[in-house]
Amino acid sequence: MTTLQASEPVDLLEHAEQGASLWRDAWQRLRKNKMAVGGGITLLLFILMALLTPWLAPYSYEAQNLDLGASPPSAAHWLGTDVFGRDVLTQVMYGGRVSLAVGFIATAVALLIGVTWGAVAGYVGGRVDAVMMRIVDILYALPFMIFIVLLMVVFGRNVLLLFLAIGAVEWLTMARIMRSQVQSLRQQEFVEAAISLGLSPAAIIRRHVIPNALGPIIVYTTLTIPSVMLLEAFLSFLGLGIQPPESSWGLLINYGVETMEEYPWLLIFPGLALTTTLFSLNFLGDGLRDALDVRGSKD
Amino acid sequence: MSLLTVDNLEVSFVTRNGTHKAVKGVSFTVETQQITAIIGESGSGKSVSCYALLGLIPSPPGRIDGGSAQFQGQNLLTLSEAELRKIRGSDVAMIFQDPMTCLNPYLTIGEQLIEPLLIHRNLSRADAKTRAIELLDEVGIRSPNSTFDSFPHEFSGGMRQRVMIAMALINEPKLLIADEPTTALDVTIQAQILRLIADLQKNRDIGVLFISHDLAVVSDIADQIVVMEQGEVVESGSPDTIFNHAQHPYTQKLLAAIPSGEREEPAAKNQALINVCNLRTWFQPNAKAEPVKAVDDVSFDIYRGEILGLVGESGSGKSTLGRSIMRLAPITSGQVTFDETHLTGLEGRNLKEFRSRMQMIFQDPFASLNPRMTVYDTLAEPLLLHGICQRANLDRHIAKLMDDVGLARNFIRKYPHEFSGGQRQRIAIGRALATQPEFIVADEPVSALDVTIQAQILDLLMALGREHNLTMLFVSHDMAVIRHIADRVLVMYHGKIVEAGPVKQVFNNPAEPYTQSLLSSIPGAAIM
Amino acid sequence: MLRFIISRLLQAIPVIFIVITATFFLVRAAPGGPFDAEKVVLPEVKRALEAQYKLDLPLHEQYFAYLSDLAQGELGPSFKYPGRSVNEILFSGLPVTAELGFYALLIALIIGVTAGVFASLKPNTRQDYIPMGLAMIGICMPSFLLGPLLVLVFGIYLEWLPISGWGSIPGDKILPSITLGAAYAAYVARLSRAGMLEILSQDYIRTARAKGLPEWQVVGKHALRGGLIPVVAFLGPAFAGLLAGSFVVETIFQIPGLGRFYVQAAFNRDYTMILGTTVFLSSLIVLFNLISDVAAAWLNPRLRSQLSGGGQ
Repeated sequence: MTTLQASEPVDLLEHAEQGASLWRDAWQRLRKNKMAVGGGITLLLFILMALLTPWLAPYSYEAQNLDLGASPPSAAHWLGTDVFGRDVLTQVMYGGRVSLAVGFIATAVALLIGVTWGAVAGYVGGRVDAVMMRIVDILYALPFMIFIVLLMVVFGRNVLLLFLAIGAVEWLTMARIMRSQVQSLRQQEFVEAAISLGLSPAAIIRRHVIPNALGPIIVYTTLTIPSVMLLEAFLSFLGLGIQPPESSWGLLINYGVETMEEYPWLLIFPGLALTTTLFSLNFLGDGLRDALDVRGSKD
Repeated sequence: MSLLTVDNLEVSFVTRNGTHKAVKGVSFTVETQQITAIIGESGSGKSVSCYALLGLIPSPPGRIDGGSAQFQGQNLLTLSEAELRKIRGSDVAMIFQDPMTCLNPYLTIGEQLIEPLLIHRNLSRADAKTRAIELLDEVGIRSPNSTFDSFPHEFSGGMRQRVMIAMALINEPKLLIADEPTTALDVTIQAQILRLIADLQKNRDIGVLFISHDLAVVSDIADQIVVMEQGEVVESGSPDTIFNHAQHPYTQKLLAAIPSGEREEPAAKNQALINVCNLRTWFQPNAKAEPVKAVDDVSFDIYRGEILGLVGESGSGKSTLGRSIMRLAPITSGQVTFDETHLTGLEGRNLKEFRSRMQMIFQDPFASLNPRMTVYDTLAEPLLLHGICQRANLDRHIAKLMDDVGLARNFIRKYPHEFSGGQRQRIAIGRALATQPEFIVADEPVSALDVTIQAQILDLLMALGREHNLTMLFVSHDMAVIRHIADRVLVMYHGKIVEAGPVKQVFNNPAEPYTQSLLSSIPGAAIM
Repeated sequence: MLRFIISRLLQAIPVIFIVITATFFLVRAAPGGPFDAEKVVLPEVKRALEAQYKLDLPLHEQYFAYLSDLAQGELGPSFKYPGRSVNEILFSGLPVTAELGFYALLIALIIGVTAGVFASLKPNTRQDYIPMGLAMIGICMPSFLLGPLLVLVFGIYLEWLPISGWGSIPGDKILPSITLGAAYAAYVARLSRAGMLEILSQDYIRTARAKGLPEWQVVGKHALRGGLIPVVAFLGPAFAGLLAGSFVVETIFQIPGLGRFYVQAAFNRDYTMILGTTVFLSSLIVLFNLISDVAAAWLNPRLRSQLSGGGQ
């Protein structure tokens, strides 16, 4: 065994081979998954489009052309016009802003509540955990779909309320996933090793628990966004979600159905926008699940 | 003519990352009325060779590239799946390593037992049941009738392995392939199952192909031994040839790795570093249930500079005891004193200070390192936390640790998954040494490792113990390992310490019946 | 096992109680009384109406009156359809929705399980990709889009199937059932694939093969039972989803079922109807969750023996 002299210079990191972190491995795997990459790119395009809509949209949101009325796709109106002569592409772009915003914001609400709740329950454990998770169990058993409909009826169709209501449903699963992650990580030997090193609980959570719990959370978040968007579209379709003058893909589909016999493009294009986004998110989520090697979180 | 003649078998696995040759031209024979053992470490291809014979390797990615396996005038390797199916479970039967996972939890034991009879023999269910109950009785199941209608989860691992054996023998096979059938079992159960297999083999005139990583286990029962390394047979012969006249260096290395002998009688050291007094660690599964008395009223001393072995079977509470001393498991009552300080009452800053003086090495080197931290970060964490060194000196200290545990310095930026089990255990040892502790709890630190690696890690631990004047509590289920490494030994059973004393005394003149049964179960008496 | 069921029932009671209470106060807290929307109501008429619907009582008395009515299974009169009780309306819609839900579930299970098991047998081959690709479409194609598209193609362009109604023209049940069932077929397919893959990698499947069992017995007898437990556990949530889906499907196809009544009640602000339907549907959902939980536990012998060992 060699002993090191105090004076001997050590340039340990310079010559060392760079190892491959699990994140890098996952990224390599993800890059090889064509469906996931396609989904990610499509999603990015949609997000960009939503952010830049006021500059990109070919017509203004309010512009009508009653003389033109409903017209099929043409050079002037790529996706056609509706009965008031409004440009469908513009409608779909503005609707997408709302749909995507609901998807991302409500998911963020769910993420914030769920992860905090689950992490606390899982780390503190004992009676606190039992009470917190019993609350989640009870809320889980509530028929939320019906409740949201009820909320919308009672308090009127309010976008903020919609965010909260949807976020309130989705955080439950997030909390369960986070808790089970934290609980299983707590029993891992490397966390016990950290405890016996004397690391503080905060440092253990920060350095050892969160980096290892991140994978499932990322995957589940990606898969929550489409289910939130579906929920919004569902409510808007019933006339219980977004209301005019705001618009969303669900609402556009609702209008499209009324006139689909005469003007099918009014149904098809908003529908296509919604399904494409959902596809992208689901493929990306599935790809992330495989890449990060996350098992059975949702299905 | 031999019962089974395998000639030049080649198997490879084709994956996206290329073709991996798992078995490279392996030949061996199994005689009827004999036990042929295949010995090898993980990755030697010993299991793959045997699974390939019955078409049980998943394909793709598995692929048989060549060779022949003559069994009763047929070449098993060229048979169709349908023809193989007629042989599997009738003329050739298998038992597997982990009896906890090898029985279907959704079907009754009876249902699973009679299946081979129903498919291969066309017996009526009633006749099959009679036969199954006879066999359950023969393999030593106490109440075969009620067992028939029970589900697997109602039985212990040893009982389940008996059921597996009954299932394998139910169609009177000519050849029994046993894949590490005792590795997952406690040592006393292992001895029983080995005896059962040997007896059944003699009574029934069958050939047995016994796969194992453990030369000691094999030495008790084998008639022929085949040693495999990295997909090739390096040596084969009778137990006498292998154990006494091994030619191949790898065989010699394997033999040398068997933990044997005892340490020199230590100089009388009886200045206690740690005193454990009436320690109880009970777990309350839920409010109404009886507490599980994992550690129940245990008292002993650990002397400065000694390696104290703690031996026991699964469920004896030995790991909980180690973790209780480390304050990783909640203590129900009693006292642990470390260098005249009561550990049980320490909190916060005081506890943290003590943490640096005592460290732990865990069993599973795959789970004991944070997969998202490089070796550098893993080793830096304790050094910086306890102010062992300044940031400026950090690299030097880490380099020293790497040298100490025998790891190349240029691995420093790699992640745990890029290392083998033995290397990871070295990293874990480095982390434990980083705080310059006086006392180390080593909880089964070698039981997840291959035999040759196990020997290296044991040597490393002993050397480091001497060099740093460490006191160590070495927890293990393996009597031979304890005998090899420890100065004194505690025997634990059902949460209590049943016997304690210097290794020589306990191993040569055990006072307690439980210790005696443990000792008589140690495999490989012939070669010790 | 019985104790398990009873303890689960006891857990369900607070849930239903929360639903009733929350719904009641939410509805009462709604801005604008139920008759505010009516054109002009004479004050005395309004008072009489309020007395009839007990709206003149203090809130807590209304609540207890409602609870005692509920305890007798009485959901009260409808605001919007005077002379009809909520019970009558619900029970006229229930058989229709039940039939629709049953067909949809049947489609979901038959197609979903078949596709999922089929895919799991040859993972990462065409036999896996094709059904799973279709399942992905099913998940991303919401019923309110799939329904109209099916109507457009099979009803309007091809004129093969009727586009609305329930039980009046032959074949009018086909499109609604498919519309409602498709998404769940997709979920079931993904669940059964994942469940089967998990089980097929277990050691005991290797044991079964080593016994010489033919492949159909390995899959059908040894793998299916464990592999489908997640599907059974999913039936509870699926039931809740199907009920919610019936809101849309019954609206699209103009089917006189519970879902359409609920949506109409929501639009009409028919408070007693909303209240009654919410309580009724919620209880059904809680009940079905209970049944699917118990069934999933029953399928696992280890849980079953723990449960029948008493609630220790």
